[in-house]
Amino acid sequence: MRRGIVLVVFLALGAVVLLAPWPVPAPRASEREIVIRGRQYAYAPGVFRVSQGERVTMVLEAEDVTHGLYVDGYGVDLVAVPGRPARASFVADREGKFRLRCSKVCGSLHPFMLGELIVEPNGPWWRAVGLTILTAAGTVTYLTVGRAGARREVSA
Amino acid sequence: MSPVTPQHASSARGRLELTRWSVVRGVLRQRALNWVLMTLALLGFAVAILAGLAGTAVGSANFGIVFVWIVWWGLLMCVLLPLGGRAWCLICPVPAPGEWVQRGALVRPPVAGEVGLPLAISAPDRPINGLPFTLGWRWPTRLRGIWLQNIGFLGVALFSTVILTQPWITGWVLLGFLVGALGLALLFERRAFCRYVCPVGGFIGLYSLLAPLELRVKDPVVCQNHWTKECYLGSASGYGCPWLEQPWRLDRNAYCGLCGECLRTCPKDNVAVSVRWPGTDLLMARGWRLDEAYKAFIMLACAAIYPVVLLGPWGWLKAWANLDWLPGFGLYAAAFLALNLVGVPGAHLGIAALVRRAVGLREVPLGQLFVALAYPLVPLGLAAWLAFTLSFVFANLSYALPVLSDPFGWGWNLLGTRDVAWQPWLAGGVLILQTLLLIAGMVGAIGTADGVLRQFAGGRRAVWGLAIQALLLTGETIFFLWLYLGALA
Repeated sequence: MRRGIVLVVFLALGAVVLLAPWPVPAPRASEREIVIRGRQYAYAPGVFRVSQGERVTMVLEAEDVTHGLYVDGYGVDLVAVPGRPARASFVADREGKFRLRCSKVCGSLHPFMLGELIVEPNGPWWRAVGLTILTAAGTVTYLTVGRAGARREVSA
Repeated sequence: MSPVTPQHASSARGRLELTRWSVVRGVLRQRALNWVLMTLALLGFAVAILAGLAGTAVGSANFGIVFVWIVWWGLLMCVLLPLGGRAWCLICPVPAPGEWVQRGALVRPPVAGEVGLPLAISAPDRPINGLPFTLGWRWPTRLRGIWLQNIGFLGVALFSTVILTQPWITGWVLLGFLVGALGLALLFERRAFCRYVCPVGGFIGLYSLLAPLELRVKDPVVCQNHWTKECYLGSASGYGCPWLEQPWRLDRNAYCGLCGECLRTCPKDNVAVSVRWPGTDLLMARGWRLDEAYKAFIMLACAAIYPVVLLGPWGWLKAWANLDWLPGFGLYAAAFLALNLVGVPGAHLGIAALVRRAVGLREVPLGQLFVALAYPLVPLGLAAWLAFTLSFVFANLSYALPVLSDPFGWGWNLLGTRDVAWQPWLAGGVLILQTLLLIAGMVGAIGTADGVLRQFAGGRRAVWGLAIQALLLTGETIFFLWLYLGALA
């Protein structure tokens, strides 16, 4: 019975962590241009941050061989050859972390030529942290309550 | 005669015996089953070796790289291992040539004169069978356990950046596995390579403790009263356990290769394959060992290092790991080994000492608690490896379609899929899956920690130990989440 209550309470709290609106300022409608240089096997900058709602223009410059840049979750795909940059614009309307991947085979480590786009606030990350802590607390409580119950049964 | 409690029997509560269905039992007892599976896998393995050694140098267009490190690895980590434990070991082609040569047969069971004497069980210096094409030496006692597998795995893991991306190196590594297994089969009895050497088998064994599939005797009492032990020594129905396990003593998945020989040889029909609650084996205190604990630490450390090196944004780190600059690789190797062998085990040793103090377990040696508290890392470690695997498998799986048509990169178009463009799959869903897997792994880890601690102490004292363990495991889970959801720089 007590375990059931623990389960319901923590499930309810988990739902709050997952679904509660994030207390952040309204998305800005600004624009930003980011120049990304691709060189075997990294982008520079490797991580760039934008605010949710910003219009982002990415310019890819290939410094050694042909490189691509695919943005997970946004489907943006650029291909640049040395001396001929490529650009694309999109609205960063989804928050979170999105990997940048080279989409043109550029050498042996090509599958691991990666970067990161962070659309802030990175709600999924903070929600995952909250959910993890809550789940851990719930699991310990559940197990502890169960143990206390078992001890009472034994002593009875 | 020592009493045998029935709770280990596969017919016990909480288990669903799959072999009670005649179709399942019939298929698993087919002698040809192993040969068919291993031969098919061996064909793929041969193509992978050939592609690695003679195919294109472009990894993402080479069958050896794409089908070994993306397709096979994805299948192993996401399906076979979590659901079937050592199911891969039933299929694995690496020991096949050696085993076939040892037996002088592909499928047929031993013929008269090849079956050993029961006496050999208690005569460890005597070859236990008379198989014609092996010296049949016993594996040296000092080398038993999985320390060699730990060292082998660390070696492969240290050079994994080049192995995963350079086809010719993958080709030589695969060939090395095959030749090594064959060589050991000629010298030593049964599957010494699988049991004591295979770097992959080491972690499969550890994580198979978590699997919901098991092979066990149905009723140990039947075995106690049965002296001929065909399951270990072999009979006209099949060979003695290739994994050197004594099936009547099996209470953990770690070293059972699910080959099914004991299903075929048991004259009492007392062996069953069952589905059970995952992780049951983790709490078998009899099996807790330092080499397995180290395997858990190594796997956890590597699951943290790989996403940083391979998926992180730092080109210089990839270059170091890729041996582009030897002093850099030296630094990387030193850090890699230090973290694996000292850092992670040392941190857990410190936590074990804290738990021991908090729970008041002065009578329990610290080493014993340290080893026991490594087992909660099995569910978390497997979840971390699944999360890492999902990161690159779905992103690169589409390379498999062109490679199927042109496995060597020679311009073939066998299936008409050569020109299918690369496209990451499930790009949006992977993060959700990773989050759920890591949290599930943490829950499994905390539950295992609770079960482990209960074997040392009960009541309120143990709660403090559980709280400390839960804090550690939660912190580790958040670290893994950060690798996939947080900003790395």
